[in-house]
Amino acid sequence: MKARVYVTLKKSVFDPQGKTIHDALGSLGYAAVADVRQGKFFELQFEGLAADKAREAADDIARRVLANPVIESYRVEIEG
Amino acid sequence: MRVGVVVFPGSNCDHDAYHVVKHVCGQEARFVWHKEADLAGLDAIILPGGFAYGDYLRTGAIARFSPVMGAVVAFAKKGGPVLGICNGFQVLQEAGLLPGAMLRNKNVKFLSQPVHVRVERDDTIATVGVAVGRVLTLPIAHGEGNFYLPDDELDRLEGEGRVVFRYTTKAGQLDESANVNGSSRAIAGVCNEARNVVGLMPHPERAAEPELGSADGRCLLEALTRTLVPA
Repeated sequence: MKARVYVTLKKSVFDPQGKTIHDALGSLGYAAVADVRQGKFFELQFEGLAADKAREAADDIARRVLANPVIESYRVEIEG
Repeated sequence: MRVGVVVFPGSNCDHDAYHVVKHVCGQEARFVWHKEADLAGLDAIILPGGFAYGDYLRTGAIARFSPVMGAVVAFAKKGGPVLGICNGFQVLQEAGLLPGAMLRNKNVKFLSQPVHVRVERDDTIATVGVAVGRVLTLPIAHGEGNFYLPDDELDRLEGEGRVVFRYTTKAGQLDESANVNGSSRAIAGVCNEARNVVGLMPHPERAAEPELGSADGRCLLEALTRTLVPA
């Protein structure tokens, strides 16, 4: 059972890295890119957990460890 | 009094802090390894700068789960003085002892340079006896020092008088150019509600002797030791 956790800065939080990447894309001619937000991606490999329990565990891990709730939000996906 | 300087794997200002407490301020000091969970006999704790656990995941994010941090939280809740410097400040934020989080510096660069910070409060363990409005010249060395809190929480923090240091010009004026990392409201240091936990991004321990270019930081470490001496 694999869980994927996506951590991104909250929309209200300025992302200096995303801004720098966006500026670089602009100078490369990708004028249609309106915004860039950088985030983090985690794969958690679970053993011996059913999907609902894996989601519960991944959610707990994301909230306690992987994301800082002051600045970041997260999303969990479970892959069978 | 006896000051404990916590050592995480990746701490790199632990010896500086120890040196200043012991040889400049003339207090007893000892290192506290991050596996220790007993702070008995210590009167104050310093969380030094560095890159605890490589700052993997986020600055301070792994360090906050180390055994010593449970003891530091308990020590702080009992009113024990705790000072977090740079990475130590970030660890205190992750541990929930201080508010806010650090974003990457606004220019996305690691900044290693002297800055000027204005003392905003003299009722904390790190600033007692230091004049409000005094401008200190201290070095910074960080990539993530861009203090962030949502606006409503910033208002509350300011209302409670918990902004301890702000980046200013040498003359003590707020100016965008002086706020080099882009911190919300130029905040360089804050304290908890009880004022016994203080964190700041600049390094007072690296500027506590004239030989190092500035001795301005000495007053903060002396304040920390002063808080515990009976009046």
